[in-house]
Amino acid sequence: MNDSKKKTLTFAIMDAPFESARSTTAFRLMDAALRRGHDVRVFAYEGAVALTFDKQAAHPNAVHGRDAAEEDHPLPKDQVRALQALAKDKGCTMEWINCGLCVDERGVGEAIEGTKRGTPGDLWKWAESSDNTLIIPTRG
Amino acid sequence: MATKTLNIIESAYRATLEEQDDTIVWISSALRGASAEVDVLLEGSAVNYAVRGQDATGLALGTWQQSQPPRLDHDIKNLMDKGAAVFFVADDAAERGIERTDMVDGVQPIARRDMAQLFSGYGRIWRW
Repeated sequence: MNDSKKKTLTFAIMDAPFESARSTTAFRLMDAALRRGHDVRVFAYEGAVALTFDKQAAHPNAVHGRDAAEEDHPLPKDQVRALQALAKDKGCTMEWINCGLCVDERGVGEAIEGTKRGTPGDLWKWAESSDNTLIIPTRG
Repeated sequence: MATKTLNIIESAYRATLEEQDDTIVWISSALRGASAEVDVLLEGSAVNYAVRGQDATGLALGTWQQSQPPRLDHDIKNLMDKGAAVFFVADDAAERGIERTDMVDGVQPIARRDMAQLFSGYGRIWRW
């Protein structure tokens, strides 16, 4: 365990966008870690690889009576971008690896900048070199 | 030296027909392939993964037929062949009427009261 003040935290997440609050909770934990000056690494597995899909698009919401601009629908890719920007602002790193096979089977290869594709071996390397690793699996 | 990791699989049969495997059994095998020291504990309904002779064949939708259905008992055996220990919570198996003789050879029963002792042998516990 690295005892210096700055820590490196690895997260493994699995939930697809717009399916559960776990992704939002994971993002809030990442936000809190970055605000405290820690480096964050994210291994996105299974449906979570779609969190950084660049073709996510906001939509109007007739039930709410709002057009797309007014609705300002949250998009996880924008939230990840915001976390990346926060990391830069805080002098931290925010690395993101999408499981490549999971990307291919979902056809979500067009990911936002600052993300890479990789393998479970990358999760293992990160876990070995991080201060701690948090697994946030999907359920059901 | 690599830290030993225990993957606890509790969420059972999640997308196994779509993936043609269990994703955590799969990633455990992939991590083993990357020289990781990963073992597995089957908990809750996931104890059924070790039951021999499961048959998930026959999914057909219109003209589409699944040709490679999941073979979870084989995947558990293959994981053990890669050197992983596979444990199951004996209490959970008993609750479901699963006998030890129903299960693939090599899986190891752990009483729920002994789980903490099992955990003490690992540097990481990952609950999936």
